Amino acid sequence: MSEPAAITIRQLATRFGDHVVHAELDLEVRRAEIFALVGGSGSGKSTLLREMILLQQPNAGTIRVLGVDLENITAAAALALRRRWGVMFQHGGLFGALTVSENIGLPLREHSGLDDALIDQIAAWKLAMTGLAPEVGAQYPAELSGGMLKRAALARALALDPELLFLDEPTAGLDPESADQVDRLVREVRDLFGLTVVIITHDLDLLWQLADRVAVLGDGKVQAVGSMAQLAQQDNPALRPFFAGPRARAAQAQEGWRTANPQEVG
Amino acid sequence: MPPCAPLPAAIALSKSDELALSGAWTAYCLGDVERLAASLPAPGQAGGSVTAAGIEQLDSVGAWVLAGLLARRQAAGAGGEIDGLRPEFGKVLDRARQRLALLAGQPPVPAVVRPTMLAEVGGRTLAALAQATALLAFVGQTASILAGSLRQPARFRGRAILFNIRRAGFDALPIVGLLSFLLGVVVAYQGADQLRQYGANIFVADLVGLSMLREFAPLITAIIVAGRSGSAYAAQIGTMAVTEEIDAMRTLGIIPEELLVLPKLLALLLVLPLLTVFADLLGVLGGMLMAHARLDVGFAEFAERFVKAVSVTAYLVGIGKAPVFAAIIVIIGCFQGFRTAGGADSVGRQTTRSVVQSIFLVIVADALFSVAFSALDL
Repeated sequence: MSEPAAITIRQLATRFGDHVVHAELDLEVRRAEIFALVGGSGSGKSTLLREMILLQQPNAGTIRVLGVDLENITAAAALALRRRWGVMFQHGGLFGALTVSENIGLPLREHSGLDDALIDQIAAWKLAMTGLAPEVGAQYPAELSGGMLKRAALARALALDPELLFLDEPTAGLDPESADQVDRLVREVRDLFGLTVVIITHDLDLLWQLADRVAVLGDGKVQAVGSMAQLAQQDNPALRPFFAGPRARAAQAQEGWRTANPQEVG
Repeated sequence: MPPCAPLPAAIALSKSDELALSGAWTAYCLGDVERLAASLPAPGQAGGSVTAAGIEQLDSVGAWVLAGLLARRQAAGAGGEIDGLRPEFGKVLDRARQRLALLAGQPPVPAVVRPTMLAEVGGRTLAALAQATALLAFVGQTASILAGSLRQPARFRGRAILFNIRRAGFDALPIVGLLSFLLGVVVAYQGADQLRQYGANIFVADLVGLSMLREFAPLITAIIVAGRSGSAYAAQIGTMAVTEEIDAMRTLGIIPEELLVLPKLLALLLVLPLLTVFADLLGVLGGMLMAHARLDVGFAEFAERFVKAVSVTAYLVGIGKAPVFAAIIVIIGCFQGFRTAGGADSVGRQTTRSVVQSIFLVIVADALFSVAFSALDL
């Protein structure tokens, strides 16, 4: 807990053959903040996420997550670290062979010695937290709509009360109401458990309303970091797509009359 | 941060009916506390207090167990208060208690009712019938598309047919050749002892020739191709169905059956008889080598006897079955592929099903052929 930052990335480099994805990338995510990673397609957001969650190794540089250096991490340390974060994948990543409630309970069943009845109760609670009806628990992922799938995936990511939550495109493909619900839920769990949230998104509304800080990736580097309001002041060509287009202006205008008050980092 | 810092969760019941809770109340560190909490004696009327000053960590699982404990005490008339809980844990405990109160007010979610055995049998029978009907419809559809494209030969997709000939035919030559060679060896080897006892060594040519040409070569070829290509058909079409490629074809005005099934069907109708001829050759070759090694029947002698023993009819009977087997393999493989719905799991299930069903039907068809040929004295 002594380390102030949840994630620290220093001088990160990633290459696929000749293609440079990241070059000397530095990034810091503070504890208990909602941090958004944005950037155009192919800017290396997803690769960066995969490197942060131990699915991929960078070519050079250091990544520290929750105070643990990911380079040369032992299997035991990796397992301990994996229990401390939750990941929601873009397409849900729910196991098709299990029902939704079994999916949510799986991490608890695998990693804790709790009773099945208790795990089922917890799974039902997490399911209800994400706004899904109790009946959904008995269904299989293939029977769910896209929005329900995302929320069920979020419930599974929250199953172990992670300190750190990674969300890959949490609102892509959702109807506005479901997207709002995801917004609210993310903010609520952050306030409830003080967890750190890292979001990869293209959703401008989400950026304005939810993110405490935003990092814009481009050309293998972090082009700018700050709150949306701060970024809006900067005149950086890499940021233009997020503030200049008609959609961006609409999202910004909406934020103008909203009395959203960014939570202080605590 | 060690997982259970500083100590795992614990409950202590003092003589004065006071509960002291301590340690890390988290999913990993609860251990037996949940069972312990459930088995605590009901508090006396005085209602001892609950002290939670010792709780160092509290996650939602811990909060849930704690809320359950407090709710039970409340129900027993002891009051649900808790003392000394750190303020930062208050929120999550409140959420857990709200959820419990909400659940208490609601009827429990009805458990999924398992169907009785009779209902299960009935359901499966209906599903099997529905599948048989759908298969029949698919056969009809394929036949009508085939008939339609025979009238317009320009619509045949030459490249796709050639590709399938190479995939299902040429690429299968090594495995078909090897297995039928081994089968020929086995047949000759098994017959050798019996034949030698009667001094009928030369009849090994009859044995190998008739059994390979009439039965084994067509059957082993069809089974190998069902496993190699039938499964590939189901997996390919199944994956396309899952990724909405089939739907995309329909919306573009392309008939998926015409694009996906016809080339495979035409290619395999052509290729499976050819593979069977290849299997015939290698199987007889295997038998010949074995006859030479174990029965001292020379190659020339074997060939001489073979010509007398095996009629052209026997050869044609074997090859004649191959197109029927080919149609079974393609139809079943594609049919099961098109029936894929849902996710990756379903692709695997349909692929397995296609292989099992096509091998089953190939053997059933072979049995029917045997009955028919014996009735026709062939």
